[in-house]
Amino acid sequence: MEGQSVTKVVLLSCGSFNPITNMHLRMFELARDHLEDTGQYKVVKGIISPVGDGYKKKGLIDAYHRQEMAKLATENSDWITVDAWESLQPVWVETVKVVRHHYHEMLAAEQKNDDVDTVKYAKKRRIEGNYFEDSSHDKRRGGPQLMLLCGADLLESFGIPNLWKQDDIAEIVGRYGLVCITRSGNDPHKCIHQSEILWKYRKNIQVVQEWVTNEISATHVRRALRRGRSVRYLLPDAVVHYIQEHDLYSAESEQKNADVVLAPLQKYTGASSS
Amino acid sequence: MATRRVPLVLLACGSFNPITNQHMRLFELARDHMHSTGQYQVVGGIVSPVSDGYGKQGLVLAKHRIAMAKLALQSSDWVKVDEWESQQPDWTETVVTMRYHYGRILEQFEQRTVTHVDSTTPLSSPSPQLKLLCGADFLDTFKIPGLWRDDHVQEVAGRFGFVCVSRGGLEPERVVHESDTLSRHSQNIFLVREWVKNETSATEVRRALRRGLSVKYLIPDSVIEYIHQHNLYTEDSERRNEGTVLRPLAKQAQQPVKSLDD
Repeated sequence: MEGQSVTKVVLLSCGSFNPITNMHLRMFELARDHLEDTGQYKVVKGIISPVGDGYKKKGLIDAYHRQEMAKLATENSDWITVDAWESLQPVWVETVKVVRHHYHEMLAAEQKNDDVDTVKYAKKRRIEGNYFEDSSHDKRRGGPQLMLLCGADLLESFGIPNLWKQDDIAEIVGRYGLVCITRSGNDPHKCIHQSEILWKYRKNIQVVQEWVTNEISATHVRRALRRGRSVRYLLPDAVVHYIQEHDLYSAESEQKNADVVLAPLQKYTGASSS
Repeated sequence: MATRRVPLVLLACGSFNPITNQHMRLFELARDHMHSTGQYQVVGGIVSPVSDGYGKQGLVLAKHRIAMAKLALQSSDWVKVDEWESQQPDWTETVVTMRYHYGRILEQFEQRTVTHVDSTTPLSSPSPQLKLLCGADFLDTFKIPGLWRDDHVQEVAGRFGFVCVSRGGLEPERVVHESDTLSRHSQNIFLVREWVKNETSATEVRRALRRGLSVKYLIPDSVIEYIHQHNLYTEDSERRNEGTVLRPLAKQAQQPVKSLDD
């Protein structure tokens, strides 16, 4: 095609998806448009990875249902898929591990499609060794990239004590990259500016301005459902039907894990081994 | 004895250029709200796209706007598209559209009351009502000089009523407060607060389409397909009616105030 090579990108979105909403899906579309608009990227796949039940978030219903709803929601998408790996793990899995897992899956898929290329293999080994020393963005020239897709609230959550390990943040942003969709009331640029790690790897953080404010939060959806209100047109119809069929989301379901500590907090403030 | 609920139909007039998920949300929110007052039973919803004669910039042909609305509402069991307004030779004032639909609703109601005389049918069901469903921005247009006739605002507010869905601010309350006519009929104006900030507007959707950006999950897939098939919403289509005076303004300017029987 053109002389300048276009980097293939896979977007990974981790979250509760409790339930998935049109806003979650919009984020993928916005991210893809933004990245491809730069002329440097081609977004080839989107992955939705619902968190496991071990996360112990209040009101988190069974991973099985959250998976099913996400699948129904992406039925009509030709590039966004749902992956169950994270939700099938016996305990909560740190985001960085989910990212690594999907990165390796992506490389494996790429290699299957390539002819044997010894240069690429060598490059891969070098990358794994030196990822912190080289903070420049384009270190995997020609190779596909996996980026974490998130909202500005996730970026802000990096600052919450004991929620994230600093090393993990450094790896996610330094080695992989972030595509962050803004939300009104959050200023990702400020967040980046105020964090040493984020500032260091700022070139790996793509901030996507969402001009059409669309704040369909799953929390709001669950609230509406508890109160017997309609959530039609906030989520795909198939998901609305599924919720009705299985009678998910009640005052009771919202109390699940009410007295339990969130898994990451438990992990990082509990026993020293980690 | 429990008071019988008033059967209520919600009518939304607008460009629907194109129809979006947010338009359809208005109906859902309004229905939930009116039910929760305990006084109403929402029995139907009508989407009435404006006719081409409206002359608004960027307005694509009514036949397309109708087709898209039909596609979008295929899966709804209570909201329907009505073509009457779009088929009128000239732009039709909102109050005239309301009178037309109210007449039909009354007719249907009277027929049903006459034919269903059995022990299961309540013989004295309250008379049905028609209310205008709109967003806060719609209420705001009343203060634009020359856009509305005072007697029309009076009739819509006094005889029919509004269900106005806002986006979380106190704007509609302020708009009602600042208008004597609306204030006089405030008991006929139902304000529904939408806490989910959602600024999906047809204008934004058209903008995204012009720029080749995705509008998936903002409007139904079937409508997206239709738009691509017919290549609607381009820079050219947005220039349609450029420089034309909006029909209501033109009409109001040339007419003295007529009587109520148009």
